[in-house]
Amino acid sequence: MAEEKKGQKEQQEQKPQVDFDKFPEVKKIKAKYPEAIEELDYFREQLTVRVKKDYIVKVAQLLKEDPELAYDYLEDIAGVHYPKREKPLEVVYHVYSVSRKTRVRLKVALAEGEEVESVCSVWPSANWFEREAYDMVGIVFSNHPDLRRILLPEDWEGHPLRKDYPLEGPPGYREKWLKEHLPYYNKL
Amino acid sequence: MAVKEEQQFKELMAKGTSLGQVDEDIMRQNIRTQDLWVNMGPQHPSTHGVLRLILALQGERIVDTEIVIGYLHRGTEKLAEARTYHQIIPLTDRLDYLASPAMNFGYVLAVEKLAGIEVPERAEYIRVLMAELARISSHLLWLATHALDIGAMTVFLYCFREREMVLDLFEMATGGRLTTSYYRIGGVAHDLPEGFLDKVKEFCEIFPKRVQDYDDLLYSNRIWLSRTVNVAKISAEKGLALGLSGPSIRGSGVNWDLRRANPYSVYDKLDFEVAVFDGCDVYARYLVRRKEMLESCKIVKQCVEYLEKTEGPVMAKVPKVFKPPAGEVYFATEAPKGELGYYIVSDGSNKPYRLKIRTPSFANLIALPEMVKGQMVADVIAAIGSIDVVLGEVDR
Repeated sequence: MAEEKKGQKEQQEQKPQVDFDKFPEVKKIKAKYPEAIEELDYFREQLTVRVKKDYIVKVAQLLKEDPELAYDYLEDIAGVHYPKREKPLEVVYHVYSVSRKTRVRLKVALAEGEEVESVCSVWPSANWFEREAYDMVGIVFSNHPDLRRILLPEDWEGHPLRKDYPLEGPPGYREKWLKEHLPYYNKL
Repeated sequence: MAVKEEQQFKELMAKGTSLGQVDEDIMRQNIRTQDLWVNMGPQHPSTHGVLRLILALQGERIVDTEIVIGYLHRGTEKLAEARTYHQIIPLTDRLDYLASPAMNFGYVLAVEKLAGIEVPERAEYIRVLMAELARISSHLLWLATHALDIGAMTVFLYCFREREMVLDLFEMATGGRLTTSYYRIGGVAHDLPEGFLDKVKEFCEIFPKRVQDYDDLLYSNRIWLSRTVNVAKISAEKGLALGLSGPSIRGSGVNWDLRRANPYSVYDKLDFEVAVFDGCDVYARYLVRRKEMLESCKIVKQCVEYLEKTEGPVMAKVPKVFKPPAGEVYFATEAPKGELGYYIVSDGSNKPYRLKIRTPSFANLIALPEMVKGQMVADVIAAIGSIDVVLGEVDR
């Protein structure tokens, strides 16, 4: 508990001190798209840039193509569900620059039913990560070449990594599945 | 079509050709090639688990590949949300079950980064030692099965002999051979047992000679070369764009090893070379892993040297009810297969709010269709072997 309090204190103390303009990523994005950044955060030496939904592909393009930034490697795309927030869905991109050896985290918040544009045109490896985010959290990516479920079967209902999805699966799902797929279920 | 064939038949019969010859001529004139769809897996032995590929073939050449995964999906990320930080460690064992210490390593480092825990140096060296042994054992299993797939049976037996030695070491230190669960948040479960370091030294003595044995069988073997050189090529730019990491991208000449690029734990104090070869093909990836085994052996030796000289605690003070501060971290480590990343979102409670695991095999598999385009069916097996996928890690 003591550690937790200490950690929170540290965070509160650190936050106002960070000068975000020293990061070339922030500077470049601000220079080119002044209204794109919603929020900046620096925690445990990791930079987070929250970007407006409509700007994500433009910012991605800038990060990749600017020679001083050279973010050429997409590490991961994660979907996170925050049911209590006004915009409950969040897409988290982790991007890495192999030449500069730095990493930046981009975030986009989405309201229920909103779509975000796919970054496959910038980093082709986004294809599978976005399919996974769709499969697990139900985030819809527009302009995606092939948005299907990837880990779960095609006929699966619901998105398991949402917070309202029960850990054991939806109630009655097991019986329903067995009835559909096992012809002699009623005779058991 | 039928009318046309009948006409041809009549014409040829009128010329006085034999009946068998007529049939053959008609066939030659009317045959059309079309794409053939072949299903490979999920029970195919060369897919190293439950990987399913749907190959579109033009003759024996591959024009298109679709990858179907998810047969081993166990919902690790969902399970992790219902467990405390300590309880997740055994779950990470089951991701890449061929190198479980490396999987534990990434996870505990991520949690330590989140909570800001300082780990005793001795514990760090023990962790690196185990992770590098895991890399050796993982690469040995890779070489064994990869060579077996391509047709070199003997290498399989030799590699398993040495892998058995590593697994015996794991058993001695942790009690488990595959799923070791040896790492803890803040250190390791307990110090190494007596006599362990001597056994490790013995292994380090033997191992380079054994690599020589594998070389005798493979390094300049003509069949091995013709099955691997210029097969499943991928350029550095394309590889990076498609998400290749680890030995697979180092085989395309990209000098990027997270142990060197962003040193974690005590890797900055250790002396080793990053294996980079620029052949871009299956053979280059073989060379990378071959060299990595030797480099790992070097690291293990340095760790043994340190551990023999020093004593001390192997565990930091971490409370039993462990609640890291609210926040989020992404921590990437160099696992045997490539970049392993854990993205942890904490809300300040004793369970993670969200744990996203970025596994190297999943990302490496994205590049497979690009690699095998235009290759023969038999080369698909070489290509799958060369990116070294483990399906437990792909499907999570």
